[in-house]
Amino acid sequence: MSVILQSIAVARKDLLIEWRSPSRVSGILFFALALLLMVAFTTDASAATLRKQAGGALWLGMLLASTRSLDLSYAIETEEDALEGLVLWPVDPRAMFFGKAFANTTILFLVASALTPLAIAIFDAPIYGSVTHYVAFLALGSAALAAPGTLYALLTARARSASVLLPVLLFPLVVPALIAASRGTSLAMEGDLMNQAPSWIKLLLLFNAVHWSLDALLYGRIVEDG
Amino acid sequence: MNSHPPGLVVDDLARRFGRRWAVARVSIEVPPATVLMLTGANGSGKTTFLRCLATALRPHHGSVYLNGQNTWTERAETRAAIGFLSHQSRLYTDLSATDNLRMWAAMGGRTDNIEALLERVALPATRRDPVRTFSAGMKRRLSLARTLLGRPKLLLLDEPFSAFDPEGQDLVRSVVTEARQNGATVIITTHVPHLAAQVCDIAAHLNAGRIQWTGSVAERLEWQPS
Repeated sequence: MSVILQSIAVARKDLLIEWRSPSRVSGILFFALALLLMVAFTTDASAATLRKQAGGALWLGMLLASTRSLDLSYAIETEEDALEGLVLWPVDPRAMFFGKAFANTTILFLVASALTPLAIAIFDAPIYGSVTHYVAFLALGSAALAAPGTLYALLTARARSASVLLPVLLFPLVVPALIAASRGTSLAMEGDLMNQAPSWIKLLLLFNAVHWSLDALLYGRIVEDG
Repeated sequence: MNSHPPGLVVDDLARRFGRRWAVARVSIEVPPATVLMLTGANGSGKTTFLRCLATALRPHHGSVYLNGQNTWTERAETRAAIGFLSHQSRLYTDLSATDNLRMWAAMGGRTDNIEALLERVALPATRRDPVRTFSAGMKRRLSLARTLLGRPKLLLLDEPFSAFDPEGQDLVRSVVTEARQNGATVIITTHVPHLAAQVCDIAAHLNAGRIQWTGSVAERLEWQPS
């Protein structure tokens, strides 16, 4: 069985669990929404300034909510020790990584998509630029959080202080992707007069290429030593 | 050239945790279509021994061969031939029994008839309920079904009679008999020898990580550990 088919099976399993018990998506959606509201209503910014902050606020909410989401993606594996069952099953470790990272990307993308109309309403920031660019930034930004997040959440899954360790490890690593996603999202909302969006997309593509390939290799070593 | 006989060959196996040797230089051979009953007090090393055989733990000394293949160095291949019923259920509790087996089968590329397997472990009426609502015995039945996916050549059953009612214990015995008829090597750990005696061919007793005694099942029922 190929790595691709196994990856699809692992992703399907994670997404089916989410579908059957959608607590993860709803939980992180409300967490991120609370952050958006805090940013919007606790700063004394003008309407124009708020509009500029919309992209950054959206990704700040996504970053903080993502750690909870990634934590939960391994809670389902450690609850009945299914993770060891998966390691001992004839599944390629790279397929475990790709499957879980894809499922995490999908969940983060869905949350970001659901937050979009709320962010537009709260920050009064309609999408004046390219909707295609906007969707690309949501997808690439979600993938950039999910790939290293899936690796580090595995590292911290069995630690007693997992919810503290994960942000400490993950946040410094994803700063470049976060800046690119925030700037790109803001450009898509405000209108990209200087055509800067493609540069930020390239940066996100490069970040994703490095992490989706390197982290898949590291994942196998970590999961075997667990 | 392959110098190891078919079935399971454990050669001088040792595994420690910190400074304590949980399994200390164990050597034993179990031919195909043979069932070994492994007894021992709590902490005698039975579970660690099984986890080494299942490749969940790397041996610190010695080797394990399954049908001539070193189980650790060739674990990607040998894991496909091993079924391990552990203390944890290794199930996804938000999914139904059918979904669990379908997901595990899909991830491992198994093509078993899931409905037939559920009938085999007597879980037909509850197949749509989430596993979270199952009793300990029902979870155990489903774990047993998961272990049987792909007809393993080496079946490792850790305390398989625990949490089972008398019908469940009969089910375990019939599963073991069927596996033996299909040529599988089976190892059963138990505290209660008479429960497994009916289906076992040979017996061994572990004490402080070492094999203290080996013999026939009839002899084991007579013998009392000192």
